Amino acid sequence: MTTLLELRDLKVHFPVRKGILFDRTVGHVYAVDGVSLSVEAGQTYGLVGESGCGKTTLGRAVLRLVDITDGAAVFDGTDLAQLPEEEMRRSRRRLQMVFQDPLGSLNPRQNIESILAEGMAAHGIGADREERRARISEILERVGLPAGSLSRYPHEFSGGQRQRIGIARALVLEPDLIICDEPVSALDVSIQAQVINLLEELQESMGLTYLVIAHDLAVVRHISDVIGVMYLGALVEEAPSDDIYSEPRHPYTKALMSAVPVPDPEVEDSRERILLTGDLPSPANPPTGCRFHTRCPWRQETRCDTERPELRDVGGGHKVACHWAEGIADGTVGPTTELAPTLLKE
Amino acid sequence: MALLTVDELSVTFTARGRRDVTAVSGVSFDVAQGEVVGLVGESGCGKSVTSLALMGLLPRKGVRLGGVADFDGTDLLTLSPSRMRDLRGRQLAMIFQDPLSSLNPVVPIGVQVTEILARHRGMKGERARKEAASLLDRVGIPDPDRRLREYPHQLSGGMRQRALIAMAVACAPRLLIADEPTTALDVTIQAQILELLRELVDQEGTALLMITHDLGVVAGLCDRVNVLYAGKVVEAAERRPLFSDPAHPYAHGLLGSIPRLDAPRGQPLHPIRGSINDTIAWADGCAFAPRCDHYTLECLEGTPALGELAGAAGPGHLVRCVNPVRDSSDLHTPLLEAPVMDASAEGDDEAPSPGTSAATSADTSVDTSSDTSSDTAPDAGAEPAAEPVADTDGASGGAPGKDTPA
Repeated sequence: MTTLLELRDLKVHFPVRKGILFDRTVGHVYAVDGVSLSVEAGQTYGLVGESGCGKTTLGRAVLRLVDITDGAAVFDGTDLAQLPEEEMRRSRRRLQMVFQDPLGSLNPRQNIESILAEGMAAHGIGADREERRARISEILERVGLPAGSLSRYPHEFSGGQRQRIGIARALVLEPDLIICDEPVSALDVSIQAQVINLLEELQESMGLTYLVIAHDLAVVRHISDVIGVMYLGALVEEAPSDDIYSEPRHPYTKALMSAVPVPDPEVEDSRERILLTGDLPSPANPPTGCRFHTRCPWRQETRCDTERPELRDVGGGHKVACHWAEGIADGTVGPTTELAPTLLKE
Repeated sequence: MALLTVDELSVTFTARGRRDVTAVSGVSFDVAQGEVVGLVGESGCGKSVTSLALMGLLPRKGVRLGGVADFDGTDLLTLSPSRMRDLRGRQLAMIFQDPLSSLNPVVPIGVQVTEILARHRGMKGERARKEAASLLDRVGIPDPDRRLREYPHQLSGGMRQRALIAMAVACAPRLLIADEPTTALDVTIQAQILELLRELVDQEGTALLMITHDLGVVAGLCDRVNVLYAGKVVEAAERRPLFSDPAHPYAHGLLGSIPRLDAPRGQPLHPIRGSINDTIAWADGCAFAPRCDHYTLECLEGTPALGELAGAAGPGHLVRCVNPVRDSSDLHTPLLEAPVMDASAEGDDEAPSPGTSAATSADTSVDTSSDTSSDTAPDAGAEPAAEPVADTDGASGGAPGKDTPA
């Protein structure tokens, strides 16, 4: 298996500025703070986490839609972070993105043919209009849109069809990697399933690699081979997607898994829920040590609030960033019951 | 004796020069004290319009209401606005999906909570402030005294939803309507809010009408569930039979569309084909027929009735289908024992059915939909006007905030 995309200690920090005359930088929002992961060719890497954890910023950083502060994003042997602007623009043909809001990401005044041909022209695909049109029609059919769509406008389509247009727009450039940022969260469940199946089918027939970013764990688990769980700008756990539900190792992943509703009363009634108290701390002022220690039901007296845990392999490709992962797994480290819900008091 | 009995509720939006749009037609259900009843469906099914009608929050102009909503002897649909105001907040309360737009952004939380206490319980000054603080404390907001002085933007999403719940329960209402209360929240926060609602029902005996699109939330919370499609209840059952033996192909299809966190990997999803726009008028038959895998010509002989499911495990399992799913395997492979994914077959499943729009007459819809059942690929020659989102379409009637065609 070859690695198509490798992130090494990737950081994206946004400066917080203050003042009118001097424009001082008074701090940083640590949106992505040291993420390392690799996406294998032909596979799907799922990135999950709650809002504000930095998953979207990470996806945008790979395409350099936001500036990379530090670290490397190596795509097929080239570090994207070091590329000059023009070369980066050219490499975006191979790195495409599907956005969450299908209507917001399609220009309402352009018809479908024009939307899809624009990217092809920018990257010099297709000799002339006729050739591009033939290619577009082929892709439209592939994503399940009627051929008559070419001259229609985005508002004439339903939500699910718009998302198919978004996928078609990425596909016409023949990319290697598609970053899907919340590809189905704006859609109704029955339509979600259609789009998920389409993504899987396209992957199989075209050999695509996906980086799927979503908050819905069940969706991500369904389509991914490997899942990374993010919390406050960093990965807390990474595992093959079969293991992440059956054996979550990080306390945050455990809580997350236990919170996802399952459409089955038998499961719901017998499940043990780990309720987290409080909210996500601000990424501008992340907690010291382990970033999860302020909400962690297993927080220990030592190390947790002073030492930032590394993401380390605990066997079988399962990586976890917790000092006490082994102890929690074999029961020698138990949950500490008292946990003050004081996150917002600072 | 049920606290709320909704009988044949219908809501029609009328606008001069435009076709009337019936968002809800003939919806009936009961909610008893201490019971959680779910209204489930996708966007445009009429679930939000139902809740707004019950709360008297639909505009009087341009809306035609039908049926009865008996709340402890009072018909909510015909109540005068001033009597409705007395009832709302005191006996009936509602929580909305988006807490930020339900709170006044320029007024501190404390003022918004004490407002209700002053209006309904005649509390003023320090007494009201203390009561407000204890309400916030009860819904799990830390440091309530400080929070009372803060503005909505200073609170996190989960905190705002808690504040809204505090306001809703300020007068110990007998019926609480929650319209997608956790949709805008992250899962860990969702779990906290659902726990809070569950406590409220268990401890106070509040009746809860839960409106959601999330079947997972329903599975954990509701006692009884009504599944809505295109403005009608298509299936109503106790929680367990609904999930173990869904009888309406739509309910069945919804369950087959959701990836389950606990399912073994590699199981295919079985989406419902087409979209909500592929619907025929109920008067012409079953509105779901164009998308149904179980469809026969019988489905087009007028509106199917909502009746007891023959051979159901218990009483009260109602289904609106002439051809209900008896054994899931006769529809498609069941969710649990599904074989390894077959990509080519999936392609057929998710192809949108061409040419059936909400506005087309029954005849044309029937023709195209029966074609679709044998078609394996989307028809390239389909009508260009296949799925426009018409602005007065039934689909937009159900979306919160868009209920009133101008």
